[in-house]
Amino acid sequence: MAHALADDQHGVTSPREQGPILQIRDLSVEYVLESGIVGAVDKVSFDLNPGEFLAIVGESGCGKSTLLFGIAQLLNPPAEISGGSVTFRGRNLVRLSDKDLAAVRWKNMSVVMQSAMNALNPVKSVGAQFKDAMRAHGVTSSDEIDQRSATVLRMVGIDPVHLKSYPHQLSGGMRQRSMIAMAMLFTPELIIMDEPTSALDVVAQRSLMAQIKDLQREFGFAVIFVTHDMSLVSHYSNRLMVMYAGQISEVGPTRDLFDSPRHPYTVGLTEAFPSIRGPKVPLTGIPGSPPDLAKPPEGCRFAPRCPQVMLRCETDPPPQYEVDGILVRCFLYDNAGGAR
Amino acid sequence: MRLILRRAGFFLLTLWACLSLNFFLPRLMPGSPADRIISHLHGAVDQSTVRAIELSLGINNSQGIWSQYFTYLGHTATGNLGLSYSQGEPVSKVIAGALPWTLGLVGITTILAFILGTTIGAVAAWRRGSRFDSVMPPLFVFTTAIPFFWVGMVLILIFSVELGWLPGSGNVGQLTIPSFSASYIGDVLDHAILPSLTLLVTGIGGWVLTMRNNMVTTLTEDYVRMARAKGLSSVRVMTDYGARNAILPNLTGFAMSLGFVVSGAILVEYVFNYQGVGYYLLNAVGYDDYPLMQGLFLIITMAVLIAILLSDVATAILDPRTRTAG
Amino acid sequence: MAIPVTTGAGAGIPETGGELTAAGPRRRTALRRFTQAIRTNRKATIGVALMAIFIFVSLFPGLLAHQSPTAFSSKITAAPSAAHWLGTDNIGADIYAQVIDGTRNVMILAITVGGLTTAFAMVIGVAAAYLGGVWDGVLNFVTDVLLVIPIFPLLVIVASLFPSAGNDELILVLSFTGWSYTARQLRSQAQSMRSRDFLLAARVRGERSIYVIIVEIIPTMTSLLLASFLNNALYAVLAGSGLQFIGLGKSNNVSWGTTLYWANQNAAWTTGRYLWFIVPGLCIALLGVAFAFINYAFDEIGNPALRPLSAAKARKAAEASTRRRLASHGARAS
Repeated sequence: MAHALADDQHGVTSPREQGPILQIRDLSVEYVLESGIVGAVDKVSFDLNPGEFLAIVGESGCGKSTLLFGIAQLLNPPAEISGGSVTFRGRNLVRLSDKDLAAVRWKNMSVVMQSAMNALNPVKSVGAQFKDAMRAHGVTSSDEIDQRSATVLRMVGIDPVHLKSYPHQLSGGMRQRSMIAMAMLFTPELIIMDEPTSALDVVAQRSLMAQIKDLQREFGFAVIFVTHDMSLVSHYSNRLMVMYAGQISEVGPTRDLFDSPRHPYTVGLTEAFPSIRGPKVPLTGIPGSPPDLAKPPEGCRFAPRCPQVMLRCETDPPPQYEVDGILVRCFLYDNAGGAR
Repeated sequence: MRLILRRAGFFLLTLWACLSLNFFLPRLMPGSPADRIISHLHGAVDQSTVRAIELSLGINNSQGIWSQYFTYLGHTATGNLGLSYSQGEPVSKVIAGALPWTLGLVGITTILAFILGTTIGAVAAWRRGSRFDSVMPPLFVFTTAIPFFWVGMVLILIFSVELGWLPGSGNVGQLTIPSFSASYIGDVLDHAILPSLTLLVTGIGGWVLTMRNNMVTTLTEDYVRMARAKGLSSVRVMTDYGARNAILPNLTGFAMSLGFVVSGAILVEYVFNYQGVGYYLLNAVGYDDYPLMQGLFLIITMAVLIAILLSDVATAILDPRTRTAG
Repeated sequence: MAIPVTTGAGAGIPETGGELTAAGPRRRTALRRFTQAIRTNRKATIGVALMAIFIFVSLFPGLLAHQSPTAFSSKITAAPSAAHWLGTDNIGADIYAQVIDGTRNVMILAITVGGLTTAFAMVIGVAAAYLGGVWDGVLNFVTDVLLVIPIFPLLVIVASLFPSAGNDELILVLSFTGWSYTARQLRSQAQSMRSRDFLLAARVRGERSIYVIIVEIIPTMTSLLLASFLNNALYAVLAGSGLQFIGLGKSNNVSWGTTLYWANQNAAWTTGRYLWFIVPGLCIALLGVAFAFINYAFDEIGNPALRPLSAAKARKAAEASTRRRLASHGARAS
């Protein structure tokens, strides 16, 4: 433990030759209900490189949060992983026992959730919640615990005196930042964040994002950031992944995706967030609503709402095509041989 | 803190309400309560006896009703609860003799039921979908609906009459002399087993069910997911994050349920001839012994109020949110 | 005795809501959902079945018992026989007839007290929430006092003041003491409704308070009212039998509790007359179970998270999902 901490003080430098820290292959998550099975996540595959900031965006119900919890092995019944693998540090997390998972949890991969008021135990002080995470991983010296707790709080700009406070005594922004501090306890390689800014006002949102990015630059951890607000992550993320109806519809470097979105859905999304500096364009929404995932459509899932739908879209599910370093799940980009 | 003081104040008001009920209820009925008592004494009684009885009831026809009322209040505050004519002793003495038995039986059993019940409920919720969870809740819904006294009678039938293992009556053997000897204590325990089993069987169900329902809801909370994410052991997640939060509504429910516990205890004592407070209360009914009835009612109410106050304190200790709300 | 088990306001059958859109067809489908829910939920089925039996017996006792439950006869405390299935009591009356005939009085007690208590609690609870201010404080105080005072001793004292009490007096006494818990629940539910939009709309329209209370607030609380009714009926059965068992409220009142009283007075378990007290007690238990099961089932129907996760169902669902996956794989391969 001390050894790992010492490393972090100098900043983690993981050589690029290590390869991706996270490899998701054909991950599927289903909700097993009495009325039937709902496929929330359908064969999602992607890699995550060390220190990378990957943003996952999509509308409500597209499966992004479910995907996140599926990766972290934190699904609650009736949700369960129905197929695929999650390879983290060379091991498939889906197959691991609770005990083996526990060793990886928090030390190498930690989680930040949407509402700190709900994610922090209301009857324990902030410090106590830091403490039990550390003790679960073998840190027993109370000096070390106190010191580390104070350090992480200072990292996010909170006075360590608040270790004694209970969650309801802190402001919303402070709560959220203490959650991030808690996630940093072991300076893990990967921090997964599920809409951590949604519960905050706009100003606090930006400040929190900036804080996260600063920490990331200093400590070099990778981030998977789920949000429904595309503009929020447009400045901070390296890669952007757009999800629709449980599938990845488009994924690629953020700037490229923003500047020239390919998939009709992404086009619709970007047009819904007009730039404050660009020319005035009429606001267009995307008519219709997402499909019922208990009975997903035969072909492309976006076909019913797509302004550029073709005949084959309704019968064949499109694979992902690579276009200039971006993966798009759309037949518009099918130049024979370009399929992935 | 302020919350506790407010509650204590409320309870004093409640006690006052009880006393007033005690005073006014018998007087609202046609006929004087003294008449009823006198009818038990078979035959003519002279005026001085009548007056003595009336005085013990707080009836003093030479005073106005309001001064009678205040005299009554004053007497109660000083511990003078009147004379129990069916027991031939001052009411306070009867109560002092019966109270320890009831406190022992009911107090211990209730705490046991609470601990066992909440544990079973928590485990059932943790193991949702298992055989344990599909059997326990219906079983306990069943036990909450059975009348206490009937269970007592059935247990007497099985263990006392048929099997002869345990005594079915009394809180201690007829001929045993009170002492701190092992045999006396053994005898006391012997007599306490069936009554407490009765109370336990019927009382535990409520705790199991409410705890399970609370736990099921609590376990879906984000902070429980967070605890798993941190790699904490299942035991720790279940206790520190799950049960500690799920039990809070139970504690407030504890206060509500005391009324039922008391009624059950009274009937159980009656069925088993267990000479505690409940037994004397029901006996007093048969004799129309109002002073004793009222005194016992008062003591029972006080005990319940103290218990509620204690559970409020426990909630304040366990839930930091209530402390600042105070 | 029963501790109210509903987990808070709003538990129970799903509402049709306060909206008035196409009320006709909506209510019919709600009824169908309701009956389907009862059929699939095992607790509800058992509870409703038991209740139906008891209601039947209380309505048509003459079909099942032909002897008088109160007639003197020379066969005192006789053992069960062909003529007297459960034996006779201490005045020679047929016990079986007492159990059958007594059902009606018990049902009347349960339903009347359940209804009166709930109605009374509704008036007090909603009034307190709606009127607010001083009224709220006063009503609250009275409610809370009755909540903390142990009810049974109070019942004993009050009932003992009516030495010749029968079923009617029992009903009155039980109703006037049992409403406090329900009033509390209804009040907090009503309070949470106070700021809802449709209520504000009604006030803006200029509707009077009474109208708002009756037409707007109360229909949204139907599930809570139903749960309270069941709970209070259960309380009536148990508390009423308890009082009768100790000898109160037994005048002209053929009932299970009274039968138990006489069984106790004659030490039935020591004289071998076991059925004398086992059967009436069992009836009380079963009726109580019926109320409790129905109530608990409504809890589960309204809150799916509480439903039992049947391992068999989960397995079936998982098998269905693998079958589907294999089928779609096959389709894609071809």
